[in-house]
Formats: sequence, C-alpha cells, structure tokens
Amino acid sequence: MALSLIVLCSLAYVMLLFYIAWRVDFSAVKGKSPVNNAYVYALSLAVYCTAWTFFGSVGRATTGGLSFLGVYLGPSLLAPLWFVLLRKMILISKNQRITSIADFISSRYGKSATLGVIVTVIAVLGIVPYISIQLKAVMFGINTLTHFGQAAPAPPAELWLDGGFWVTVAMAMFTAFFGTRKLDPNERHEGLVAAVAFESMVKLGAFLAVGLYVTFGFYNGFDDLFTKAQVHEATHKMFSLQDSGITPFSWNMLMILSLFAIMLLPRQFHIAVVENTSPRHIARAMWVFPLYLLLINIFVFPVALAGKMNFDANIHPDTYLLSLPLASGANWLALLAFIGGFSAATSMIVVEATALSIMFSNHIVVPLLIKTRSFGQGKDLVSGAHRLLDIRRVSILFILFMAYLYQRSVGSTYDLVSVGLISFTAAAQLAPAFIGAMYWKRATHQGAVAGLATGFLVWAYCLPIPSMAQAGIVSRDFIDHGLWGISALKPYALFGFSGVDPVSHAAFWSLLINTWVYAIVSINTKPSTLNLTQADLFVNIHKYISWQDTDILKREAKIGDLKNMLDRFLGETRTLTLFREYESNNGVSLTNHQVAQADLVNFVETQLSGAIGAASARLVMDSIVKEEPITLDEVMRILEQTREAVEYSRVMVEKNTELKTLTLQLTAANEQLKNLDRLKADFITTVTHELRTPVTSIRSLTKILLDYRSELSEEKIQEYLQILVGESDRISRLINQVLDLEKIQSESIAPEALQSVDMEALVSRTATGMEQLFREKEVAFSVQNDVPGACEVQGDYDRLVQVVSNLLSNALKFVPQGEGWVKARLFHQNGFLHLQILDNGPGIPPEKQAMIFEKFTQLSRRDTGKPQGSGLGLFITKTIVEQHGGLLRVESKIGEGAMFEVRLPLNRFAKSTFAAAKN
Amino acid sequence: MSDRREANLLLLFITVLILLNYPLLSLVDRQDHWFGFPALYFYLFFVWLGLIVAVALVVRKRKK
Amino acid sequence: MHTSDSAAKVLIVDDEPNIVVALEFLLQREAYQVQKAYNGVQALELAAAFLPDIIVLDVMMPGMDGFEVARRVRQMEALEMTKIVFLTAKGTQRDKEAGYSSGGEYYLIKPFDNEVFVNTINEIMAYG
Repeated sequence: MALSLIVLCSLAYVMLLFYIAWRVDFSAVKGKSPVNNAYVYALSLAVYCTAWTFFGSVGRATTGGLSFLGVYLGPSLLAPLWFVLLRKMILISKNQRITSIADFISSRYGKSATLGVIVTVIAVLGIVPYISIQLKAVMFGINTLTHFGQAAPAPPAELWLDGGFWVTVAMAMFTAFFGTRKLDPNERHEGLVAAVAFESMVKLGAFLAVGLYVTFGFYNGFDDLFTKAQVHEATHKMFSLQDSGITPFSWNMLMILSLFAIMLLPRQFHIAVVENTSPRHIARAMWVFPLYLLLINIFVFPVALAGKMNFDANIHPDTYLLSLPLASGANWLALLAFIGGFSAATSMIVVEATALSIMFSNHIVVPLLIKTRSFGQGKDLVSGAHRLLDIRRVSILFILFMAYLYQRSVGSTYDLVSVGLISFTAAAQLAPAFIGAMYWKRATHQGAVAGLATGFLVWAYCLPIPSMAQAGIVSRDFIDHGLWGISALKPYALFGFSGVDPVSHAAFWSLLINTWVYAIVSINTKPSTLNLTQADLFVNIHKYISWQDTDILKREAKIGDLKNMLDRFLGETRTLTLFREYESNNGVSLTNHQVAQADLVNFVETQLSGAIGAASARLVMDSIVKEEPITLDEVMRILEQTREAVEYSRVMVEKNTELKTLTLQLTAANEQLKNLDRLKADFITTVTHELRTPVTSIRSLTKILLDYRSELSEEKIQEYLQILVGESDRISRLINQVLDLEKIQSESIAPEALQSVDMEALVSRTATGMEQLFREKEVAFSVQNDVPGACEVQGDYDRLVQVVSNLLSNALKFVPQGEGWVKARLFHQNGFLHLQILDNGPGIPPEKQAMIFEKFTQLSRRDTGKPQGSGLGLFITKTIVEQHGGLLRVESKIGEGAMFEVRLPLNRFAKSTFAAAKN
Repeated sequence: MSDRREANLLLLFITVLILLNYPLLSLVDRQDHWFGFPALYFYLFFVWLGLIVAVALVVRKRKK
Repeated sequence: MHTSDSAAKVLIVDDEPNIVVALEFLLQREAYQVQKAYNGVQALELAAAFLPDIIVLDVMMPGMDGFEVARRVRQMEALEMTKIVFLTAKGTQRDKEAGYSSGGEYYLIKPFDNEVFVNTINEIMAYG
C-alpha cells in the first residue's frame, strides 16, 4: 500500500477530528455543550484503550493467553466503586479547582510545591514509555501496511530519515493544536473531549470490523475458530493462564496495576475528573465504560489465535490486526484497522500530553519562571495566556521527543504491552498518597513525599533502568549481580524474590515499600496547619459541598463561594459586614448553600472591584459564577495587581505610622484641652453657684417684700433690705474678680500707676478692712515686722492690696473656726522684701502645690464638697506679684498649715529689677 | 436509598473481586469448552457481563 | 390651716443664712413649725429630736453634703415618714438622679419661686 495513501487518509481523519472539536467548541460557547452527556463522558473515558489495546493486547495474548484481560477487568471491577470514589474525586477537584493529579496530591498535602514537582516528575518520566509505544504502534502500522510480508527496515541513523521522527513531529503538532488551542480557565477542553469520544467509537468500530471479518471470514464463527485453535500446537497453550506461564501472583498484580491506572494515569484523571461536566454522568459511565471495554476485547483473543495459526514468526504478533486483512487482500479493511489504531494512539497521546503539559507547566516551568521573576511582567492577559500556551506547547514537544528517544533506544526491543506496563507501575506509585489523600486524615506531607520518592526510586531501579541496560544504554552488570555486587539488590530479584515477571516483581516491591514508608512517615510527623485544613477538606468533602452543588446553572453562583472569594480579597470581617449589610438592605437571609441571584453577584463584584480593580474582579467573578477555577495566568494577572496593591499598602503603612504619631500628639493635645475644659467647667460651676446663691436670696426676699410687705414689721423689712444690699455686693465682687482676671492678665502695670508703697502699712490697712471677717470666724491675726520702716517697694498700690487681701482671705478660708490663726511676717533677704502669710489650716498636699497657682484651680476644703471661692484668687495674686518683678511661692505640709511667701524687690533696686522683669 | 445503593455496589465489587481471583479462577483455568467457547474465555466474559448488568441495575433511576 | 399643736414640722437645712431667712418666713407664714440647721451634722442632730415631716435640704454644704444627709436620714427609723425636698443650685440631670437615689422625694432648683416652693410643701403635706 502506498505511503501517500496512508498519510492522506490519516490527514483526512485528523481534519475530521479538528472539525468535530471546532464544532463542539463553537456550540459550547453558545451554551449548549454536546459534551455534557453521560455517554460522551463514558466514551471519552475509553481513552484508556490505546494502541496497546488495539495492537498490543493481540500480541500479548499470543504469549500470555487471556492474561491481557486483566488490564480491562481491573477498571471494570473498580467501576462499582466509582459511585463513591470518583464522585469524591470530582467533588474535591471542583471544590479545590484542581486541574491535574499533581495538583490534587499537592493540594491535599498543604498545597505543597515539592509534591507537585515530585508527582509531575513521576508522571512525566513514568508515562514516557507509554507514549513511546503509541509512536511505535503508528510506525509499526505504517510499516506493516507499506511493507507487508517484508522484514521491517531498521531505523536509519539520521533522524530526519526516520519515519518515527516524523510521526513524532506530526503527533506533537497535532497535540499542540488540540490541547493548546485556547487557554481554558477550567482546563476543560470540550472539543478535545468530543474528538476523543468520537475516536473511541472509531477504534471500537474498526476493531469489531476486523474481529468479525477474521472470525466469520477466515473461520465459520467462534466455535470453528476456537475448536481449531484448541487443537493447534501454536495456540493450544493460550487457552489456559497456567499453561501460558501466568501465575496467580502476576494476575493479581496486573489487576491491581490496572485498577490503579484507571484512576491515576494523568489522562484518565484529566478526562474523568477535570473534564467532567457533571457528577451525574458517573452513574451511567459506571456500566457503559466497562461495557465498552468488554466489547473492544471480545475479538482480541480470536484475532490472536487466528494470527498465531496463520503466520510464522516473521509477522510480529502486535501487527496481526493489520496483517490478517492484508494477508487476505482486504486492504481497505487493513486501512480501517490502521485508522482505528491511529485513533487509539492519537487520542491517548493528545490527552496524555495535554494532561502532562498542564502539570509540567503549572508545577515545574511556571514556578521556576516566577522565581526568576521573568513571568507575569506582561500587563495584559493576552500575552500572559500566550506565554502559558507556548510553555504548554514546548512541554508537549519535550515530552513527545523524550518518548521518541525512548522508543528508538529502548522500546524497539520490547513488545508494546511490556513497555506499557512499566508506565502502569509508575502511575501506581501515586496510589498510596492519592487514596490516603481522600480517606486518611492523618496522612502528612512528609509521608507523601517520602512514600512517593521511595516508590519512584524502587520503580526506576527495577523497571526502566534495567530495560535501558537490556538495550545496552547502561551496563547490565547490576542486573546479573546486583548493585555494587550485592545480590539482594538485583533489579529483577530484589531481596531474593525471583521467579516472577519483572513488572509484577517491581510493582510488588515498589508499592509495598511506598505504602509502608508513606504510612510510617505520616504517623510520625506533624502536619502543618494548612495540611490539616486541606486534609479535612479532602477527607470530609461532603461536609463542605453536596454533589448537587456542582451542578449550578450559569450566571448563578453559590453564596458560599462568593463569601469564600470575598474573604480572600477583603478579609473575613469585612466580608461578614458586607453580607450583613446586604441582608438587612434586601431583607433576605443568606445561608451557605443557597444560590446567589444576579443582584447579589453584582453586589459582590462591585465590592471586589474596589479591592482588585474591575477587570480582575470580573475575571474572578466569572470563575466563580461559571464554576470554573482560575487559571495560572489569570492568577498571575491578579498577582500583578496585588503587587501594586501591596506596594500601595506599604505606602499606606508608612502613612499610617505617621498618622499614629500625629494621633498620639493629637490625643495628648486633646487631653490638655480636656483638662483645660474640665477646669473651665469647674470654674463655671463655681461661678454659677456663687452667683445663684445670692440671686436665690435676692429673688425670694424681694418677692416676700413685694407680696407680704403689710404683714412685715419695719424691722424685718429693714433686715431684708440689708440682706439684699449685701447679696448684691457679693454678686458685684464676683463679677469684678472675673473681670480682674481678664484685666490683670491682659494688661501690664501702667508706668503712671507706679509708686512707692510701704508694705507694712498696706498689710495693716488690708487686715483692718478684713477685721470683721476675722472676728466672725474667731481667727487671731498678728503681724511680725523684722524690718520696721524699711518695707518700701515700687508698685501699683491697688494691685498690691489685692495681693495681700487675696492671701489673707485665702488663709482665713482654710483655718478652722474658733481656734484658727493667721500671721504676717516681713523681713529682708538678698535685696528683697519677704512677706510671709502663715496659717494653721489643713495644709496643701505636695502634689497640689504646683497646681494652686494655675487658673481655675481651687482646693476644696478637706471637709466639704463646696469649693471655696472662684479659683482665681491665687492666679491673680501670682500674676500681680510677677508683674512687680517678684516671686510667689508656697510651703506647706499636710496638717501643719501653709506659708505663702511674696518676694518683692526693695525700693532701691526696684526700678532696674522691674525693668528686667518687664522684658 | 443511597446508602443501600452504595452498600450494594461495594458488595458487588467484593463479589467480582473474588470471582476474578484465585482460587476460583483456577477452577476454570483449564482446556475445556462451554457453550462453544473456551472455559476461561467464557467465564471471564460472563462474569464481566454480569458485573455490567448488575451495576446498570443498581444505578438505574428508580421510578418514583 | 394648721393648728399650733398639730402643726406640720419642717426642717430647713442650708449653709446660706440669707436663704434660710427667706424660707423660714415663707413656711412660718403657712403656719408650719420650722427648725433651722446650717450644716449636715447639725441637721441630723436636729432631725432626730425634732422629727420633722419635711426636710428642705441644700446639697452643697460645708462638712457633709445634702446627699449624705439624705442617706443618713433614710437610715433613721423614726424618720421613716419624713419627706425630703432638695433645694439646690445643682440643677443637672445627674444631680437630680443622685438626689433621688440618695432618698429625696422632691428636687427643687435655686433660685426658686416662692409660690412654687410653698405649694410644693403644702401638697406634700396634703397628699403625702
């Protein structure tokens, strides 16, 4: 058959796939996704059936009999548990916005970057052999079609002459086109899924066609074929597992490996979980998918038997599906079979490489780029998205090229299934950490890292490295004698466990050690807080969401999601406040599981816009509203803005510090003001009381005089009138004192008022004026003058009178009734005239002594709540004394009375001192 | 209702696990003919089909 | 209105003698039996002996303030039926509350109106 025809058919087929994907994407945009369907879901899961199934199973059946079925019975066996298991995987993934199995495992163990890298490395390295067999199968197919009956040509040394190279390039381009046409926030590729589902139908149809042709064309049905084969020497053994050399141990390991593979292969996780449109589809897929597996396997055994009976060793058993039609001249059927196999290979490569490239770019490349700060600098989303797509494309190329190299160097010496099983064993290494993620809350990050690492190392040591040795890439000494000559370390007979096939052997040891290390490290390490919260989220996902929650209509969102998202950006307190506000404004009650209507969505978006900008808010809201996780580049963009926000808030913090200092100063100033205010208020209270008391008497007595004058004796009238005069005077005095304060404070002494004042005479005269008061209180007053006739000072006479009278009345106020005394003493010291006024009052507490000269300060008499005087006397006194270039001070001890001392410059120095004081 | 369904599915898993394993498998692992098919081939596909039908029965939507 | 032997007794307590003069006149004119005190201690002593029906009580006084006087009066069993009328320049709501909680029944503010004062005292005597 001509190569050009094959290429043309393949190209036409690929175009058809593109068309399907394009149509589906187009209708998905319009909101009617044909992918949102249980049968499509089940068919897309059949991406499990690859070229391995298509060609390899037949080959495997010729040596291992029906053991090839283990690979399909495992997944079928697991299907009943999907109802619980797969649903849980999907719920967690939707809830956590998980985009790959690496993401799943790293999320569970505290969003660990290390684990993301480890899982990605295991997946990429582990799956490379698997991809390589797809490339090999396609090449095999082409070679078989073009060179049927001839020995396959050895691959040429030059790369560009090797058909496999061009197959790889074509596959890489095809995959890049399919998997990275657009960046979906959800990692959901509806067109891809549709194409894969279509391919599943093609490969099933092709296989069934060839199967029927062989069974009913070459033979007269099953009975005829089986009867002949059972007696045929070459095929007799294939009917029994035991005769084919399959031990129960191998059978079990194969079942276990395939059982894990259906969950853990990156492409299966991608299709089953990430691309899942609704958990409702699980129920139907649970029986449709096993049914598909069953159908595609019905004719594997008959074809293998027929090939074995009809061909000699020159025809590779892996090519029977093509060789049988070719041998009978049914070229078109062979071409159909090839297209079926091509389908199987392409769907596997596209989905696997897409899934791997997501992991590779998200967990390895982008973190690296972020660390080196070369990513996310671009401001606009478009360039970021393109950047990410480019990374994906390069990842795909890289992965496929590795697969090609593997195929070229190692893969050629093995049959398809043997190589594929290496990958299965690698994927199975994820099982302990993965299952533990969902069901073992105690599992820790350290346990997962340790288990995965050891499992991976054991796997590498027991399978791919020896296979490279077999191919002559590394020395095979360690295979025969063990590493460093230790026979317990033989990779095919670890710890002396021999007599089983390498895959079962490797699977046994790697899984055992992996699980054991995972368990023991988990038990003996302490999980981080994030690890703990994530563990609860994974293990008890049903506490957080119910599966109905994942089926939300578009343009609606769960209130819980909105809350969570607002929490992230605005903080919990603010979010709670906002929601309460909304509740009270709209008269509704919001619980976490209710669906938010459009106005709440808008409300939240508005709030969010304030925090992160409208564009980002829109983006974030879309991701919530459409139930789609935010992709990396979108996160980049938000981060970009967040960085600005962080910068902004740093400035704000600085400002805030300044503000705090200012606030402190303000508080201090305010405190002073408040003190002043309180003093003023006290002053006013005092003045008010002092005014009210005389007003009360005046008012009452005046009214009595008006109303009852006729009833009063002349004496009484006289007495009352006298009181009225006295009380009026009292009011005048108070008013004068307040006015004095104003005047004394604002005015200095006028020069013309200055005169020579004899203080001795002044004290005597003032005391005489107060004689009545002293007598009323039975207070003894005496003057002691040490310097008679030498008491002249320069000053304002009236004001100095006020000084003395204030001090005397102050003393009089505090001395006890009956046994009180007040003394005045005059003497000279250092050119100053000292006037001391002493009393035997209660004394002034030391802490108050500085205060008493302040304005509005007044001391209460200890035994009364009633303030004495206006609180201005001493302030006025002090002001006057200082205006005379003098000093006023107090000496007192509690219980021992008080001594006020006025120092005034003596007359001869008066002028100069006064002048100095004035300045 | 859902609990019963899950329990049934778990039981189904265990049952098929036993049916597809040794020692039961060794009983049919022999050169024999059943209904025109090789014994093991027939047995494996029969159990498989049985599993599929059983799952379909358990998960099918019940009429209200 | 009141005969001398059954005349209602009023105790005036104020440290301002001129106010006491006015109050005394107004009450005696209504035929009340009046006693005067110029500070808290004096007031308590007099109250115990005089057993007034009404105490007219100033608040801001030297020594013991009016609130304290009221509290102590309220502890005296013999003065159980005695009504306390505060008559004070302290007129804020807080002062009033302090007055009521210390045991006073009425609270009048200085400067007062003669008629209002006399009517209040009369009403207390008529209706309790």
